[in-house]
Amino acid sequence: MEILKIIGYILLLLGAVFLFLGALGLYRMPDVYTRLQAGTKASTLGAMAFMLGVGFLQPDWMVKIIIMIVFLTIANPLSSHAIARAAHKLKQKPYTKGEADALEEAELSIEKENQA
Amino acid sequence: MDEGILTIVLVLILAGLILGLIRFIKGPSAADRAVALDNMSISITSVFVLLAFLFERYIYIDVALIYAVLGFIGIIVVARYLERAL
Repeated sequence: MEILKIIGYILLLLGAVFLFLGALGLYRMPDVYTRLQAGTKASTLGAMAFMLGVGFLQPDWMVKIIIMIVFLTIANPLSSHAIARAAHKLKQKPYTKGEADALEEAELSIEKENQA
Repeated sequence: MDEGILTIVLVLILAGLILGLIRFIKGPSAADRAVALDNMSISITSVFVLLAFLFERYIYIDVALIYAVLGFIGIIVVARYLERAL
């Protein structure tokens, strides 16, 4: 019993630290894409560790917590992908310059094919 | 010892929520605000799960699950609207 409690508190602390670091990256980063990178991945890991910690503290609730973790694993990358696509459509410039833009090249080639 | 760890956890999550709120108010473009909203909704889901443990109510887990689903749908709708696809 005691070992489950210790593992649960360690996971709870780890999850809270990762949630805080994700929000700190969201506050500090220079443009939209880096903010997505910091804010979404770190807080996904933080939320997963946090809920797993509560599941270790209350083992009866483990089933529904695992359902929530699976849902977060599917839903969080999807929503960050949708926001990144919307930011690209809004013509947000990346912070670094001179890099290739694969999505824009693909859209241009599709337009050319439609015209031909 | 338990109460100390729970206090540290709550303070860290509250500081993260305040940083997300600052980004939500400041954010130069609408996409920044959408990112901040996404991050804050994940943090609030975690707080619901922690409250379920603190008050020993199993039903609060269901509240957290429904909040996560609705937040996901809201973010998808906002992103599609910003794409001019709605």
